[in-house]
Amino acid sequence: MTARLLAISIIAVTILLVAVGTIWPVPSARAMAAYSPRFLRPSSSPQAAVQNVIEQIGRHDLHAAYESLANKNEFTEPEFSRDIRGTYFSLRSYPTLDSFDIRPLHAGPEEASIRAIMHWATVVGIFDDVRDLRVTRSAGKWEVVWPLVKEPRVPPQVIPVNYLRWDVIYRGPEDDWGTSDVESPHVRIVDMHPIDRGGGVVLLGELLNEDVVPAYVTVKASLLAPNGFALATEDAFDKISHILLPKQVTPFRIDFRNIRLSQVDSVRIQPASSLIAASADPVIEIQDQSLLSLPDPSLKGQLVNQSGQVVNIAHVLGTLYDNKGQVVWVSDSYVNRAVLPETPVPFRIPIPADLSAKVSNFRVVTSTYSSSRFQ
Amino acid sequence: MRTRLTCLFVLLCLASTCMLGASGALQAPGRIEAGNPFSIATSGSGKAVLYIVGPQQVLKREIQLGDNVSFDRGDLHNAGLYLIVLAGSGVNETAQLQVVAHHQPAELSFLAKPSRAPVDQRDGISGVVYVFDTFQNLILQPMPVEFRISEASGGTETRNESTHNGVVWVRMNSAPKSGAAQFLATAGAVTEKRVIQQIPGDPCHLRMTAKSSGQQIVLETEPLRDCSGNAVPDGTIVTFTESYNGKQSTVDVPLKRDVAKTELPAHEGAVISVATGVVMGNEIRWGGK
Repeated sequence: MTARLLAISIIAVTILLVAVGTIWPVPSARAMAAYSPRFLRPSSSPQAAVQNVIEQIGRHDLHAAYESLANKNEFTEPEFSRDIRGTYFSLRSYPTLDSFDIRPLHAGPEEASIRAIMHWATVVGIFDDVRDLRVTRSAGKWEVVWPLVKEPRVPPQVIPVNYLRWDVIYRGPEDDWGTSDVESPHVRIVDMHPIDRGGGVVLLGELLNEDVVPAYVTVKASLLAPNGFALATEDAFDKISHILLPKQVTPFRIDFRNIRLSQVDSVRIQPASSLIAASADPVIEIQDQSLLSLPDPSLKGQLVNQSGQVVNIAHVLGTLYDNKGQVVWVSDSYVNRAVLPETPVPFRIPIPADLSAKVSNFRVVTSTYSSSRFQ
Repeated sequence: MRTRLTCLFVLLCLASTCMLGASGALQAPGRIEAGNPFSIATSGSGKAVLYIVGPQQVLKREIQLGDNVSFDRGDLHNAGLYLIVLAGSGVNETAQLQVVAHHQPAELSFLAKPSRAPVDQRDGISGVVYVFDTFQNLILQPMPVEFRISEASGGTETRNESTHNGVVWVRMNSAPKSGAAQFLATAGAVTEKRVIQQIPGDPCHLRMTAKSSGQQIVLETEPLRDCSGNAVPDGTIVTFTESYNGKQSTVDVPLKRDVAKTELPAHEGAVISVATGVVMGNEIRWGGK
């Protein structure tokens, strides 16, 4: 009897929760779900109109989103699609709309301004697409005027490149045991120190490839207690540029959560390198780097691809130094659009607000991914 | 007490059997080269079984006592100490056979370190050679081995050494000139080759020049050399940094044909610096020309 009652209760609660989730879905679920337009709210307010457009974009229903725009006569649907997804393969190609924020900037009887911040989830984390949208009223209905961002087109041309790459012949299965592989590149940690931060320990440092061959590098570290016991072991994951050309320096940051620096007696750090085939191109110029102060401290600049090869994904790493030249923080960001030859693409690396006053110098490096090859 | 007596009895039996084997129905060569044909003479009459037991190999032949038992080329190919046992028809004899590696080297295991060596370094390159015969037996008898480093510039350095217990090692100097050197080890008719990259040191002087090109500044380093005059390898990253109005632009450029060249936006009063690794170069204050 009790079991039957329990089963009926569980079924009833499940039906109730399904009904609640269907009738009042959370924004992220709304963005993710492929529900039909009948679930869209009527565009009776500027916010509702913006929400509808963003939800359609989030469902990758770009046709419906384009059809609902007030200024669709100013550009074509493919142009709108290229604005959202990018022309070339990039982080914009396969993202998922994680959530979005809407902030009214101005409201009038016939026109309103709304800042829409779309948080797109990608394989390397979230990137934000911020658009200031004008919303106009027409025939009692609010419609969004989409601020189209046209990706620059590179005119057809030939860009001569003195191509330089390294190929490696590895030991073969038929080689005898005396035939050893070419040895790994020599790398050296030129700076490293731990800091106590955010309820954990953070290791900051820089790694130099002092060899004449390219290296694939990783840095792993263990925090040791006074008795020699390893408290934790972590690696730099993507807070490092993994491919280092000869004499190139990368910053690295290793985060240890829930450990106090006072618990740590020493640090065992293990840089590892392996020889890889790599290319010296493309060369990326990092233009107009500057620090922005509070309230939104960050390091911004522009990437310019000096080569003829399209860079699909660029990872930007910033090393921040104090006035004594010591590394105070390492931060990074990804550029969500493809970096075309000779076409500046902006980037912005966030800086923790409490550290921004300490920063007096910085250095920015990039690592790039092209759909045909690394580096 | 009983166990000790049993052991003593067995030992005495073995000793007497061995003595009988040396002068009795079994006459085997005491030592042969691996892979060579050989024969074992027997005496007496009747049938018997001949066993040859050794490292990784056992041979068994049913024989007629009084015959010569022949073994073909390659029948015994592992070097080591073998036990020959003749059993049957009232015969129970043993003998020992020493199989040594063939005197002709057929294969060299050549370990050369490092694969990249700094130029002009005394004893900077080491080579170790193990000499084997056709059947992968380590040749323990002394064997002359020639080590030769042939540099890209044409120079050679040769050293002749002899193996001890099958191995020989040598330390040699790296050349004063950079480039790929061939490190050869030769024993008999066999030669093994390894490639040693002899690499230059850090740049001795890093100097760049700047010239105007429209809205851009063309920056180019002088050919990068180490303090011995060797060209720094292509691909070495050179970082150009331009600081202006509280902003900066940087670019990491790989050396190509000994020079690094790039363009940066022209800003009046900008300070441009250059560096590679931990080596700093000159600074230029851009005046617009």
